[in-house]
Amino acid sequence: MTWEIVIGLEVHTQLSTNTKIFSGASTAFGAEPNTQADAVSLALPGVLPVLNKGAVERAIKFGLATGAHIAPRSVFARKNYFYPDLPKGYQISQFDLPVVGQGSLTIQVEPLSGNAKPYEKTVRITRAHLEEDAGKSVHGESQGVTGVDLNRAGTPLLEIVSEPDMCSAAEAVAYAKALHTLVRWIGICDGNMQEGSFRCDVNVSVRKPGQPLGTRREIKNLNSFKFMQQAIDYEVQWQIDTIENGGKVQQATILFNPDTGETRAMRSKEDAHDYRYFPDPDLLPLEISEEWKERVRATLPELPQTKQARYVNQLGLSAYDASILTSSREMADFFEITVHSFMSQVLSDMNTSAARPADPIVAKSCANWIIGEVGAQLNRDGLDMSQCPITALQLGGMLMRIADGTISNSGAKEVFRTMWAEGGDADAIIEAKGLKQVSDSGAIEAIVDGVMAANADKVAEYRSGKDKLFGFFVGAAMKASQGKANPAQLNEVLKKKLAA
Amino acid sequence: MITYQPYLNKEFAMSLSTQDVEKVARLARLAMTPAEIETARSQLSGIFGLIEEMQAVDTKGIAPMSHAQDVAQRLREDKVTETNQREAFQAIAPQVEGGLYLVPQVIE
Repeated sequence: MTWEIVIGLEVHTQLSTNTKIFSGASTAFGAEPNTQADAVSLALPGVLPVLNKGAVERAIKFGLATGAHIAPRSVFARKNYFYPDLPKGYQISQFDLPVVGQGSLTIQVEPLSGNAKPYEKTVRITRAHLEEDAGKSVHGESQGVTGVDLNRAGTPLLEIVSEPDMCSAAEAVAYAKALHTLVRWIGICDGNMQEGSFRCDVNVSVRKPGQPLGTRREIKNLNSFKFMQQAIDYEVQWQIDTIENGGKVQQATILFNPDTGETRAMRSKEDAHDYRYFPDPDLLPLEISEEWKERVRATLPELPQTKQARYVNQLGLSAYDASILTSSREMADFFEITVHSFMSQVLSDMNTSAARPADPIVAKSCANWIIGEVGAQLNRDGLDMSQCPITALQLGGMLMRIADGTISNSGAKEVFRTMWAEGGDADAIIEAKGLKQVSDSGAIEAIVDGVMAANADKVAEYRSGKDKLFGFFVGAAMKASQGKANPAQLNEVLKKKLAA
Repeated sequence: MITYQPYLNKEFAMSLSTQDVEKVARLARLAMTPAEIETARSQLSGIFGLIEEMQAVDTKGIAPMSHAQDVAQRLREDKVTETNQREAFQAIAPQVEGGLYLVPQVIE
């Protein structure tokens, strides 16, 4: 029996403003409890919210980056519910007139199982609206009481709501990752999932093909992609089992327990979702002019999707390489500066005999080193791209020395290791470690002559048809050159002299 | 455009029941005596009567307002202007500990 899975996401992104959405209190993470809870955050009587321009600007950026309609006029509404971390008794949010209307995001999906090929999919974004975050409840400090820290209360959030366009855990994770990349890329959210800057609620339902949508359950507050996948897999199986055993899925809000890998329903009162939205009389409608929108548009960087397409079409990289190189802005910048420094070295080193390599060759070589060596080292050292100990200029300089024949690939690996551990430029390391290849044909010929003279018997065997001995000569000559001979040249000279 | 659904809609405006008032009171966390509920029921019904009258006005072609003043929101620059006044705020709180405001235990 086949089932169709239907998934939609609501993602809460904390906007990277200095201050709260409705007051001038700091939003810095990790402060002592309540030291950033001002009168507005505490909902003291008589305070008035004043909207933060920086939060609106970030919402506009997001809308523009997803090709969405930016509402020229949007309205803030009160969402009413009671919880100690929400001292006003309502959350200021947006309801029927959100700041960002329908947009979309194109994602690359890597299927999780089997031999299925990666594919592209466009997920529709229903809307994105501005709202304030709640404070934090601290349980279990003392018996019978709950502690409340209101530092987070009033932190600006952009809640991004997708259409139920995803039909597997892989697609949901790919969408969440693409969104995570995008909000960091355009600089509206730091994306720190441990600190709760990027939190996902996942709506899951199942149905038989062709049938109307099934009843959904909402998995709240997932803060890792791994948990998201586990939670969806578990939840889908639970819903299918429930229906196949004759049961019915009840709409519910559920939590994922990473320790057991299971989902469970939260205790909820029957009218928990009766939010009684109404326009907040403390706030006037938010107006965004065409002119403001265009000013914000001018600050947008080239977006990851555009870059990806450019890397494939202009630089001839594979879709896979292009997607890895655009997984963060730091990564893309590193790649582009590497390519650029490589090329400018080529152009400035007029005294080398190296011909200018074609762009795709340079790009591929840079991509290989960044995805391969740099990526592997970063993983090993538990660093991310922004903490990379070597710069793109250093790497580009080293790649140039491979291209112009100064060092061999194995020599380059040693230069790279040294650069990583101790710093320094490729040229200085090559000099200090004596890694310069011998490319002087006279010197190579002398080495080959020496090896042949010392192994006259083997030369005779080779010439009488024992071709396999060629490898022996390569090894011996390389050894005699202390590993510094240019391998291609050495091969050529050996072939010529042995054939003579 | 979605329009706001008045929480208490027209159908029961004329027959606002004790249960309706009790539900609104519960959502607003208001403890009310039966006598208070009866008073509120009668007053709220009066308000619905007024709304009924207003709904008789033809508003076709008039854009709904979300605020009584026809001006736009002024925005604040994203600069920190508040300082830490925890001590002053917590001096008037019923119970605090380790910088946290304490409330009766909440379980979810």
